[in-house]
Amino acid sequence: MISIKKVSKIFPSKQGHLKAVDDVNLEIQEGEIFGVIGYSGAGKSTLIRMLNGLELPTDGTVTVAGRVISKIKGAELRKARQEISMIFQHFNLLWSRTVSENIAFPLEIAGVNSSQRKKRVQELIKLVGLEGRENAYPSQLSGGQKQRVGIARALANNPKVLLCDEATSALDPQTTDSILDLLVDINKRLGLTIVLITHEMHVIRKICHRVAVMESGSVVELGPVLDVFKNPEQPITKRFVQQVTEPEETKETTQHLLELYPHGCVVQLSFVGETTEQPLITNVIRNCDVVVNILQGKISHTQNGSYGTLFIHLDGQVSEIQKAIDYIHSQQVGVEVISNG
Amino acid sequence: MADFMEMVKWDKLMEATRETMYMTSISVFATFVLGLLLGLLLFLTDKGNIWANRTVNVVVGGIVNIFRSIPFIILVVLLIPFTKLLLGTILGANAALPALIIGAAPFYARMVEIALREIDKGVIEASQSMGATHGHIIFKVLIPESLPALISGITVTAISLIGFTAMAGIIGAGGLGNFAYLYGFQGNKPIVTLVATIAILIIVFIVQFIGDYFTKKTDKR
Repeated sequence: MISIKKVSKIFPSKQGHLKAVDDVNLEIQEGEIFGVIGYSGAGKSTLIRMLNGLELPTDGTVTVAGRVISKIKGAELRKARQEISMIFQHFNLLWSRTVSENIAFPLEIAGVNSSQRKKRVQELIKLVGLEGRENAYPSQLSGGQKQRVGIARALANNPKVLLCDEATSALDPQTTDSILDLLVDINKRLGLTIVLITHEMHVIRKICHRVAVMESGSVVELGPVLDVFKNPEQPITKRFVQQVTEPEETKETTQHLLELYPHGCVVQLSFVGETTEQPLITNVIRNCDVVVNILQGKISHTQNGSYGTLFIHLDGQVSEIQKAIDYIHSQQVGVEVISNG
Repeated sequence: MADFMEMVKWDKLMEATRETMYMTSISVFATFVLGLLLGLLLFLTDKGNIWANRTVNVVVGGIVNIFRSIPFIILVVLLIPFTKLLLGTILGANAALPALIIGAAPFYARMVEIALREIDKGVIEASQSMGATHGHIIFKVLIPESLPALISGITVTAISLIGFTAMAGIIGAGGLGNFAYLYGFQGNKPIVTLVATIAILIIVFIVQFIGDYFTKKTDKR
């Protein structure tokens, strides 16, 4: 559906050239939810803006839904843009228009007649769950509602691709989740290809099928979300994965527990997919003569399966502890001894 | 009191008021159209915008600045040959119009430009991402989104224009300025000047009221 080949973007500046995007190659499949994660300045914003021609690549080609976006101009580009819609971090609604009128805007641009416009707007309002707010102005809506208008507006002309430019970054966690659920729903129901950029791993974890990690203009890691969670290779990817799997306080907690329990050892277990669903701890206790103390745990659901981490403290004879660790290993669960007591 | 009623030539006052309103309304309308065009041109040719063109921007900006800087009374005199060429006369309400419009439109153009700059760039970008043409962007985004500022700007400009008409009156354009000068100052009847002033104030208040009403009504932020 989307093919990015050898794409670079250089911004000329007074201090020399700034290479925002550096030789990026990506293939995004139809119906996929593809995430690009990176810190600000990593070039992800520039990359997504090249998908609808808001930026032109300095080098390389961008093809979306069979059209070479990086080559076409004028009327052809405008036509293509009706099939590649975009939602924004700050919603970018017209404050002078009501909810209905905002959603009707892209239909006006596409030249849809008034009666069909009304009908389509009604459908979209229902789709995004804004019934009863049709005549409200954006200033009367909450952030989440504004983004729902943004989504409805983006879907108006039945696009093939939806680009999300930090679409949830201005929202609180709960609203973020409801917007993400809506995106998944749209993806399933309409088979829409979604490309989103974010700096929050939570967003990637919750809805993306595949993820690309960007750092200083390049894609440094790429793969199915679960694989990246399981085996993050680059340091930056590890940091992003930790955002979700290890809450901030984990380090302090384990440090504290290491002091509290001078004996035995603290172990970090990581589960992937079906391994999250077995009674592992019970089996460990049954098979080995160890005391297990659960310190902290978390299971995260991704679009391709679950991923979990669990911190436990094992105490007992050294040989028994080793036996327990070997047993956990044999169950295809990742084990990492944090530190021996 | 009877004295006062006789002292003021009420029919002349009414005529002068009508002339002032005529000059004001025509020049406000023309200033709005011309100023909006110039303001849009200034905004759109600025760098980073859809018609970015440095040459056009500098030339239009220069012309606007020059005409905005000339004191109105001097502009009237400067434009005498032009007015004569255009209308064949330099007397009467119509003869004041070129100077009024040329004096006020650049002023309003800058206000339009400022109003347009206030629009969130993201909204323009969003429209582009939907495949909007330049026409869509101008008529469906830029103008509606800046409407309250455009209206409050034209209100301020209209009030300046009322002041300009009074000045134009002195050189023979008629209206309340001329009335005050002729019957009040030259006729040595301060009371007549006062009456003319009150008439102008009433017009100003009405214009301000209407402007404020529509500014509020269109502002949904």
